[in-house]
Amino acid sequence: MSVLQGINPNIRKMKQLEYGALASRANQIKEERHYKEVIDVSWGDSHRAGVKPLTFVRQVLAACVYPPLINSNNLPLDVRQRAQKQLGTCAGGSVGSYTETAGVSEIIHSISEFIKRRDGGIPSQPENIYISAGSQWSIGNILHVLVNSEASPKTGVLIPVPCHITTAVSITGLGAVTVPYYLSEEQAWALQVEELQRALESAKGVCNPVALYVINPGNPTGYVQSRKSVQEVIRFASEKGLFLLVDEVYQDSVYGENSEFVSYKRALSEMGPPFSGTVELASFHSVSKGFLGECGLRSGYVELVNLDPAVMNYIQTLFSKDSSSPVLGQIALDLMTDPPKPGDPSYPLYNQVGTLELYLLRTSQHYNLPGLSCPPIGGGFYAFVRLHLTPKSIQKSKELGLQPDTFYCMKLLEEGGVLTTPGCEYGQKEGTYHIRYNTQIDKLMSLGGKKKKIHV
Amino acid sequence: VSSGDTHRAVLKPVSFLRQVLAVCVYPELLEDKSLPLDVKIRAQKLLEACDGGSVGSYTASSGLSHVRQSIAEFITKRDGIPSFAENIFICAGSQRAIMIAVKLLASGEGTTRTGVLIPAPCPHTLYPLLDEADVVLVPYQLMEEKGWAVELDKLHQALQANRRNCEPRAIYISNPGNPTGHVQDRKSIEEVIQFAAAERLILLVDEVYQDSVYGKDREFISYKKVLFEMDKEYAETVELVSFHSLSSACVGECGMRAGYMEVVNMDPEVMYYFDNTLCGDISTPVTGQLALDLMVIPPQPGDPSYDTYIQETLFTLATLSHNAKRVQEFLNKLPGVSCQPAMGGIYLFPRLHLPCGIKEQAKVGNVPKNDVLYCQKLLEEEGVLAGAGQYGGITDSCHLR
Repeated sequence: MSVLQGINPNIRKMKQLEYGALASRANQIKEERHYKEVIDVSWGDSHRAGVKPLTFVRQVLAACVYPPLINSNNLPLDVRQRAQKQLGTCAGGSVGSYTETAGVSEIIHSISEFIKRRDGGIPSQPENIYISAGSQWSIGNILHVLVNSEASPKTGVLIPVPCHITTAVSITGLGAVTVPYYLSEEQAWALQVEELQRALESAKGVCNPVALYVINPGNPTGYVQSRKSVQEVIRFASEKGLFLLVDEVYQDSVYGENSEFVSYKRALSEMGPPFSGTVELASFHSVSKGFLGECGLRSGYVELVNLDPAVMNYIQTLFSKDSSSPVLGQIALDLMTDPPKPGDPSYPLYNQVGTLELYLLRTSQHYNLPGLSCPPIGGGFYAFVRLHLTPKSIQKSKELGLQPDTFYCMKLLEEGGVLTTPGCEYGQKEGTYHIRYNTQIDKLMSLGGKKKKIHV
Repeated sequence: VSSGDTHRAVLKPVSFLRQVLAVCVYPELLEDKSLPLDVKIRAQKLLEACDGGSVGSYTASSGLSHVRQSIAEFITKRDGIPSFAENIFICAGSQRAIMIAVKLLASGEGTTRTGVLIPAPCPHTLYPLLDEADVVLVPYQLMEEKGWAVELDKLHQALQANRRNCEPRAIYISNPGNPTGHVQDRKSIEEVIQFAAAERLILLVDEVYQDSVYGKDREFISYKKVLFEMDKEYAETVELVSFHSLSSACVGECGMRAGYMEVVNMDPEVMYYFDNTLCGDISTPVTGQLALDLMVIPPQPGDPSYDTYIQETLFTLATLSHNAKRVQEFLNKLPGVSCQPAMGGIYLFPRLHLPCGIKEQAKVGNVPKNDVLYCQKLLEEEGVLAGAGQYGGITDSCHLR
């Protein structure tokens, strides 16, 4: 009993996921005999959805884990050379050693080169890059710097609605407050500066907003901001003195017809002074999404732009109390940012798979069912589909004490064996209902058929 | 030689562990004829436990249930006392687990702020970690002259001195001691448990070096085992969280980032908070979780990999034991250095009796402590990186790790 009385109040306030009940039920169903499997499209988890890992990545990692494989003729030459190179950068030649706080310096160098190539030659400074165990972890660390948990009024962070849940939970867990800004569903979930303004206004007297969190491409929406939109947001952040936290983990999964990914850093730099030298920005990327889909390896990085050197010192201290991030994950980051090139033995397969994945995402959209609608999706892994529910089904869900979209997900699970997540988990306008699911292909064909059945 | 990183110091990884992991990472290796059968069987079993059959998938925030079950079996076998998977939470290392446990407890403000008793000396990573969890640190001195033993008087002293400026709620202890190498006997553990019970403190017990006890007449007994073999008034009430990780001496996979905590005698509602907190902290790599499984369930007699496994483990233990003795003897012969013998773990913690000159130098050079200055000199002049003792400010004495 004693511990319970003294639980940290910030932790008590952390929201419980609606998803929890669905996930438990899914596990129960798996154990019962109804379905050979439950199709789980509730996570942004490629491998769980049936996408295969990249061969090159797994071969290099295996050789790093068990170095005798470097002498094996069964592995392509570029794999063996790469593994040897990686092990050369590990202390004691082992992936079991700690690394420097920010990560292996050769890998950080690869990352900065990748960023430079991606952004049309705009340089990226290695000392501004920190590797950590996933983008959420780096977001947490940066939030730590921004949030004053003892302040009154509390620190505020603007977050989009809808928004995936993890960041919101981290913010509350630190004793800060989320300030929601609504994305515009009618405009395919575009971000509108007027709405940012309204959100900021609403925070007056309630909290002290210090940061603006943006996800581009969006999760769960899949909206990809145009260069103009990115610049508008940067201008807004600059005017209002807000720190930009930009989650760009889906940057490699852009497939919409007129969509193109432009990084916040690039847009900022191209805006020139005064913005380019003053707007403070943290941009996050990870190996969990994109072509690699290696969520389980836990690896990502943050690039920090325009931060005060004194603050960078503090960030160094903060990251250093966390022992280095997993070495295998760091190596995967290197492979992601410095993949096989034309001419390398592994190149043809690597390239083929990457192209195929994008093609499949692009062609997987089919919402032509009555009662469902979804704007065109620019990128990312998900569809955030609007449910036009009948008053009857809304009534039924209320009787059961469930959110209407949770009720829909329950039914989809029970009768169709498909696990999705309800829109209420991400936030949505009052009176609207949605579901989110992972659109990566392998399971989707059967998903479409089942949805049709249930829906009707 | 400053960090707890055995691979950096060129001790070899466990072959079985690395082979199974390699297959899990690249399952095509199941066809590889050079790998032993038990490696392949184990890898297959572990891959089945992963979603999508891949180490690249997310797992539940508290860890793969298969691995939690293996850990429970390991603990049950080790202690002869049942352990349950639902009380085990996997984290990205024992330090992260400790931080989460402490964060859960942290509450209050000013003089009612949560206080945590920590030993002086303590692991060098502990201070900044607990600092971040926003608790008041209450150091209790370990007795150097008695091989760094825990003394009840010192525990009481620490508590008394700090009752007014915080609300003490937990006591942290490492056994085998980090960085001291002291291994507690049953009586000592019982005393600490009784103290914790009397003062209503939660026990946070870091047992990462449990696999490397080499002192004569000393063996590792877990706090949980001792607790459950005491009277009901203790066994059923004292709240305990014990920590272990891959950074142990024989496995030494610090870079894989995985550990676990076992929560004992806590309200089920509290378990809910552990789980919920971990939801926001998805950070334990799957490869690390699988390595945990391989650590707690190694090859058994009769398995193809058993002989190599035993050989490797014994070699590591022998090396540690031999080195600990040699280094201790060597250090004791140096003028101005004295060193207690270690009974386990991977560190030695010698004391430096520094001349006045160096103390003055430290003040002039604006270096915070004498031992840091000594380490700087050792690095510059001899190219040896050791850790500064950073005693915790109780006394003026200087130590190296």
